[in-house]
This record gives sequence, structure tokens and C-alpha cells, in this order.
Amino acid sequence: MSELRELYQEIILDHNKSPRNFGKLECVTTSQEGYNPLCGDHLYVHLRLEENRIEGVSFEGSGCAISKASASLMTVAIQGKSVAEAERLFEDFHSMVMADVAEPVDETKLGKMAIFSGVREFPMRVKCATLAWHAMKSAISGDESPVSTE
Amino acid sequence: MSLSEESIVSTASFDVERVRRDFPVLQEQIRGKELVYLDNAATTQKPLKVADALQRYYTNENANIHRGVHLLSQQATSSYERARGTVGHFLNANKPEEIVFLRGATEAVNLVAHGYGRQHVGSGDEIIVSQMEHHSNIVPWQVLCEERGATLRVAPINDAGEVLLEEYEELLSERTKIVAITHASNALGTVNPVRKMVNMAHKCGAVVLIDGAQGVPHMSVDVREIGCDFYVFSGHKLFAPTGIGVLYGKKPLLNAMPPWETGGGMIQRVSFEHGTTYADVPMRFEAGTPHIAGAIGLAAAIDYINSIGPKVIADYEDKLLRYVTEQLEEVDGIKLIGTAKEKVGVVSFVMDDAHPHDIGTILDTEGIAVRAGHHCAQPLMQFYNVPATVRASLAFYNTRAEIDALVTGIRKVQEVFK
Repeated sequence: MSELRELYQEIILDHNKSPRNFGKLECVTTSQEGYNPLCGDHLYVHLRLEENRIEGVSFEGSGCAISKASASLMTVAIQGKSVAEAERLFEDFHSMVMADVAEPVDETKLGKMAIFSGVREFPMRVKCATLAWHAMKSAISGDESPVSTE
Repeated sequence: MSLSEESIVSTASFDVERVRRDFPVLQEQIRGKELVYLDNAATTQKPLKVADALQRYYTNENANIHRGVHLLSQQATSSYERARGTVGHFLNANKPEEIVFLRGATEAVNLVAHGYGRQHVGSGDEIIVSQMEHHSNIVPWQVLCEERGATLRVAPINDAGEVLLEEYEELLSERTKIVAITHASNALGTVNPVRKMVNMAHKCGAVVLIDGAQGVPHMSVDVREIGCDFYVFSGHKLFAPTGIGVLYGKKPLLNAMPPWETGGGMIQRVSFEHGTTYADVPMRFEAGTPHIAGAIGLAAAIDYINSIGPKVIADYEDKLLRYVTEQLEEVDGIKLIGTAKEKVGVVSFVMDDAHPHDIGTILDTEGIAVRAGHHCAQPLMQFYNVPATVRASLAFYNTRAEIDALVTGIRKVQEVFK
């Protein structure tokens, strides 16, 4: 049960139930679709970029608790950040969830996102946790084709 | 003794604990918990008899088949051909030559789409599948239809997950060239009235392929009684190794089909001057060295099933299915997907508040292996308007105690997501 509590922490359950920045966004400059065929998570990340800064961000769609909470927390984390900072956060988040279970987590870099370190016990769920992040990164880069984490 | 008395006696003699000892993996611990394996529609576990047959072949009997003059090769050839006979008998085929060994059900559907479909389906023709098909019984027909300018028609289902026979009959016409229907749905458990559906199709002159991947593991199958033209299944869902599967086809139909892959083993004669003539069926469709060990393992699995008895298995699984259905119906917030009258041991469900994938992960921490996803049946998920379901699928080695563990696990999910 402990590894389960590690995965489904209160913050994650809370963001799953009441996702932040959920829905459409006004004056969107770029959007990206993310799809995880494995569990059918399907979401869109919307960004309003102004002079290389994320002035607005939202997401919509449906998915498992991990993908929804991760998307929700991501929107909170990148709001107001520069594109470079958001990209750095993506790298840090990605490295954390892909790292070995024994690897220590750098909470100063990751902030609240560090609670997702629990997915390392469940490799199949890493794709759920990273879906919104991949969509965000792809939106920033201006990629046209939707993101898939198969 | 009447038939019903006989079945009562044989069910009573079925000892699940004894059977479980034939499957060492069932004694394994997963995350410190006893394994509860309820993912049998994905693949079944293998009994020792199958592992032993593979071991014996590779350690003591390994040789290539058909061409060798040496004794070991002759023995391997006769084991391989004996396996064909075992499968033929298992399906009640007319002749062993009607059994083609392939990689699995997927390859078998593709072979029929390629070999039969390309010859008989033309512009304006139609192929019928059902709403509940697995992708492997959809995509090869879609591709064929695109290539030939034909149309793929879909036989609709009701909310319980049963094909609407009247609508199906209305779809049938002289344009229908092929009907491809699953014997039992991998996502819902529905058993289709295949004999009736074959009869209806034959009246219009269409040939019928039955996807038996979820048929053969759960019931005794008689292809002549069903009357189908093709029947396909995968070994690994029938307690046999991966990489071996079967196409049954009526001999005249197979005979009229061109080769699939070409190369050694499938020829009669090869000449640069006079070209190549092909071997008769089934060899024509088995180019290259086939999966000899797989065929031997499949025969061992069938012998094992026969030693228990397909009818005994079906009766036991039916009781278990009724039990799991009752137990799940009692849990608040669970919705069963697929409530057909005729079902094999598959229960699909969704829950309020918890996504199937989260349910799957939480059950996994309890040592319970289920499937969470679209089960390679996305059109079916679209019909029910769900992104995915949780699926528990049974085999004859499952127990009521394991069903109880599943229900306890689901209560735990509710605790986490309350």
C-alpha cells in the first residue's frame, strides 16, 4: 500500500478531482493535442505566448488521474514562466520520472512536481505523467503533428 | 447415463487446486502478494506439459522437418504433422490439410484477406464485420476494401453487446463477399450465434471467417457444425507458446488461394527456365522453416485441455463467470460493459470516479493482473462512449477466492478515490 500512497498522493487526487486551468483559453497562440493510446488519455494543451513568455495556459480533455493531475500541476508550474524556463522544467521533470527508483529527487528544481516521483515504481504510468508535458513542449516548438506517448 | 448426468459428474470431479499445480506461475508472488492472474484474454499461462514438450523437442529431438533423410528429421516431421492432426481433430476439421500453421490469428486473418479477398472482392463489393471486432479482424478488411474499391459494412450491436441479427441479415446481399465475425468478443465476452450467422451469409453466397481467438480457450469448437469457411485462432491464448497460430480453411477454398509468403518449403519445383510451381495446401502457406516447437507445444496444450475436457472447462468457467458477475453487480459505482446472455469468462467494467488505468495500477499493487485499456477494440469503446474499460478475463485455473480478491481490490480503489 505504501508505494500506492506514494503514487496517489493527496495533491494528485485533488488535482484529478478539481483540475486547475481546465478548459479553453482566450487568445491562444498555440495548442497541441496529446494522445496516449495505451490508456486512452487524450488532452489538449493551450498556450498564450507573448514575447517568449507563457502568459496563459490551460488544458482540456480526459484521462487517468495521473495524466490529469500532471497536466493540472504543469499549468500551475509554467504559468508566467519564460519559454526557456518551461523547457528546462520539462527536462527536469522528464529526467526525474525516467530515473531509477533509488535516484534522489531534487525538490528545489521541481517544486510540487516532485510528487510524481512515485510513478517510477510503475514504468507503464510514466507515459501518463509526461503526456501534457510532451504536448506543451511540442506546442512551444511549433510542431504540427499531435503528440503520442505510445 | 444421460448427457446431463454425465456433465454433473464430470464437473464435480474437476479439482481446480490440482489443475493449478500444473501452472507453476500461479504460485508466484507479485509485489509481495500472491498472483491473481485475470488477464487470460490477453494471453494464458502455460501448463508444465507444454513447457516439457518444448524442452524435450529442443533438448532431445531438434531437427528441421520435411527434407531430412536422417531419423531425427523424420521424427520432427512426424511430430509436426501429428500436431496438425491434433489441431484438425480438436476443431473437427475434415482433413488435417485444412489446418495451416501460422504465427497467430492476426496472420491468419491477413492471409485470408490477401489470398481469398484479393481474388474475390472487387469494386462495389462488400465485406461485413461486427461492431465488437478486435482490430485484427477489422484492419485487414479495411485495407482490402480500400485496395479493391469495396465497402466495409458493420453489423450493429445492442447495449448488452449482442449482434442485432435482423440488421445483420439486412446488410447481407449478393454484394457481400466476406463476413468476418468473432466467435467470442475479447472485450465483452459475448458469444455470437455463429452457426446462424454463417447460414445467413451462405444464403447470399458470402464466405465466412470466424475469429476464434476467444472461442477455443473456452468452449468446444466444431468447425463443421458451425459451417464456417475459415476459422482462426492463436496458440498463446490456448495455453500454448506465442508465435504459433492456426488457420482452418475448407480445402477447396484453400486450394484456390495463391501463396502468401514465398520461398522454401512451399514449392513443388523451382526452375529459372520454367518458373516455379507451388506445393499443395497447407504447405503452400508455410514458407520457410515453420515454428516446429510451437506446433508441438500447441498439440501438447490441446492434449492437456482434452485431458480435462472442454465441456468440463466450459461448465466450470460458466459458474465462475456467474459468480464474478454477481459479485461486481453488488459493488456500488461499477458499471458492467457487455451483459449478453451468451458469454465466455470475460467481464469488462468502468467505475465512477476512477479511470480504468488507475484501477489497473491499484489492482496490480494487490498482485491482481487485469487489463485496462481499449482491448484493441476502439470502435467498440466508441459505441459505449468510454475511453477504456477494466477487463478481468478468466481461465479454468481461476478460483472463487481470486474473484473475492478482485472485489477486495476494487474496494481499495474506491477508498483511494473516495
